[in-house]
Amino acid sequence: MAASDRRVIVDGLIGEGKTDEAVHELALLWVDDPSSASFIISRYKSIGPKLRLTPCKAAFERSFTLEPLIPVCRAAALVNGIELKVHLGQFNAYAQDILDAQSELYRFDPDVLVLAVLTSDVAPELWQGSHHGGSEIGAVSQRVAHHFDRLIEAFRSKSASNVIIHTLEQPPYPNKGVLDDQITESQMAAIRSINDEIRRAASKHKGVYALDYDGLVSRFGRLSWRDEIKWQVARMPIKSVFHCSLAQEWLKFLHPMTGKIAKVIAVDLDNTLWGGIIGEDGVGGIKLGNEFPGSAYRSLQAALLDLRDRGLLLAICSKNNFDDVTEVFEKHPEMLLKLKDFSAIRINWLEKSANLRAIAMDLNVGLDAIALIDDNPVERQQVHTQAPEVHVVDLPGDPLLYADAVLSFPAFQRLAISQEDRERSRYYTAQRQALELKSQSLTKEDFYRSLQQRVVIESVTNLTLGRTAQLTQKTNQFNLTSRRYTEQQIAQFLQASNRRTYTIRVIDRYADNGLVGAAFTQDLGDTCVIDTFLLSCRVISRGIETALLSHIVREARDRGIVFLRGTFIPTKKNHPAESFLGDHGFSPIETLPESSVWQLELQKADVSWPPWIHLADVEAVAQ
Amino acid sequence: MTDAISTQVSQIAAETFEVDVQDIHPQSSPQTLENWDSIQHLNFILALEAKFQIEFSAEEMESIRSIADAVKIVEQRTAHS
Repeated sequence: MAASDRRVIVDGLIGEGKTDEAVHELALLWVDDPSSASFIISRYKSIGPKLRLTPCKAAFERSFTLEPLIPVCRAAALVNGIELKVHLGQFNAYAQDILDAQSELYRFDPDVLVLAVLTSDVAPELWQGSHHGGSEIGAVSQRVAHHFDRLIEAFRSKSASNVIIHTLEQPPYPNKGVLDDQITESQMAAIRSINDEIRRAASKHKGVYALDYDGLVSRFGRLSWRDEIKWQVARMPIKSVFHCSLAQEWLKFLHPMTGKIAKVIAVDLDNTLWGGIIGEDGVGGIKLGNEFPGSAYRSLQAALLDLRDRGLLLAICSKNNFDDVTEVFEKHPEMLLKLKDFSAIRINWLEKSANLRAIAMDLNVGLDAIALIDDNPVERQQVHTQAPEVHVVDLPGDPLLYADAVLSFPAFQRLAISQEDRERSRYYTAQRQALELKSQSLTKEDFYRSLQQRVVIESVTNLTLGRTAQLTQKTNQFNLTSRRYTEQQIAQFLQASNRRTYTIRVIDRYADNGLVGAAFTQDLGDTCVIDTFLLSCRVISRGIETALLSHIVREARDRGIVFLRGTFIPTKKNHPAESFLGDHGFSPIETLPESSVWQLELQKADVSWPPWIHLADVEAVAQ
Repeated sequence: MTDAISTQVSQIAAETFEVDVQDIHPQSSPQTLENWDSIQHLNFILALEAKFQIEFSAEEMESIRSIADAVKIVEQRTAHS
């Protein structure tokens, strides 16, 4: 379809008030026509208020002309559900802006800072270095690495925000030609060593991440990427066809930073996991294997296994006959994926959107934690309009490109990976077994006892800071206030004498569930206020939440606290936590639609520890 | 064809410099359009290149000093291809 026709369709849908369908068309327009950025931004201005867009303040500090990329980045973010507010630093003033605590940068108070500096600006010797002696190269790379290290330190001393720092690009041709690779102090090696130092400097700080700009450029080809004309005339070195590629790379960071990530990948089967239709072609007739055309589907299966290693769960969502499907999984020799790799399975003839809702319920996650991979554009549209929260991967037409599309999808990106992430699929298997056991048990207490739960409660430590921040950012259901905190903010709580942090780890007969809950409190006079209280949906309704609250009550009483106060802030998803405070004897002292405040008078009431949970200490569990 | 090109150039100019298309004239220039600064000049060039599938030389980029200049160069370039 011509891009101009799509624009007419978009305006028609907006006029009819069909917002979700308009959003879908805008996403398709963006794929077709990267010059539609300003159109997309203007239409989101009118429909944005009706959507649940995730806000994000992004500051760009740069050494070169970045202006034309800003609308491209905003449009790419909007079609991914992120509404960017942008601050662009003055041309080549990045160092001053970062070093000066009074600069616009800090007044803007970004959620994320993008630091984009060109090799030719920060290390001209390493870009056009013929007039510099080879012996200086080592000194240059040391100076530049130190420059970035100092900038990161300076920013971190003034701001706890996230940072994305570009690595330096290698020039298309080294100044010494093929000789460059034969000498020890080579120009290209010097740039690579600066990039290693940038990565090292980033890894020293929480929330500072390197973006492999050199790798991005080389992915598309250095000579194709560079726009020498625009560089000479306007200090804009990137060919316009690649503006989208850079914006997309930024998005891969913005998604995990804003918590807008998919946790579950629901995959279609026919013409997605294999070529052909199992119900018609049979096990022997489908295309799957190491040779073309079956290799395209095998590559996608390999990619899905890689994503599972990033901590995502896999699910099947297919219109099919169950027996046909199990035959493929059991008998086809080229299937990389096995049925046991899937945490939820929906094979029937219902609408995809209904099945995705069922999968979300099965796995105790919100619909916005689900992504769909389906070759059929009609099914994708059905989900786009009937379950707009779902992340729909708009697969390219050619199955050979499926694996790349999936591996580079922004909502599948992670900036850190924890032990919990790696072992998540095992937890869910354990939970399924627990549910099966539940149906055989006599009473609820019997069931709880049979779980043989042990918990460890301690303050946040250096080892648990990352996981705790991740919990505040990702826990949506059992979460009293849904306040999102960065590692840096939680680290500040640890410094405050009137604040306490709690984490809870749960081990049961099936698995070590890891760190699954957290709470933060703040003492104000004789009152202790619960700022945050959350529990992963993996372990709710087993008494764990009562155990953590009981622990907080006991410690508060020991400190001489008279009132324990908690707030419940309702969201679309935290219904499971709604009655928690009331159920534990708290009385409402203020009830508003947007929040309710509850209080427990510690001299009159207690929260008793669930007798079926054993409080263990760290050492006992470590063995 | 000439009309079509000048109309399309005017529309792109109106979008880039954030004015009504009625306020775009052949003589419109950085002196008459407040938003036509060096950055918007670059954006104008990029939008013209995307629309007409062409790439300007450095000299052409610098020589565009009015809407009429832009129309003339786009006409030359599209006639060649």
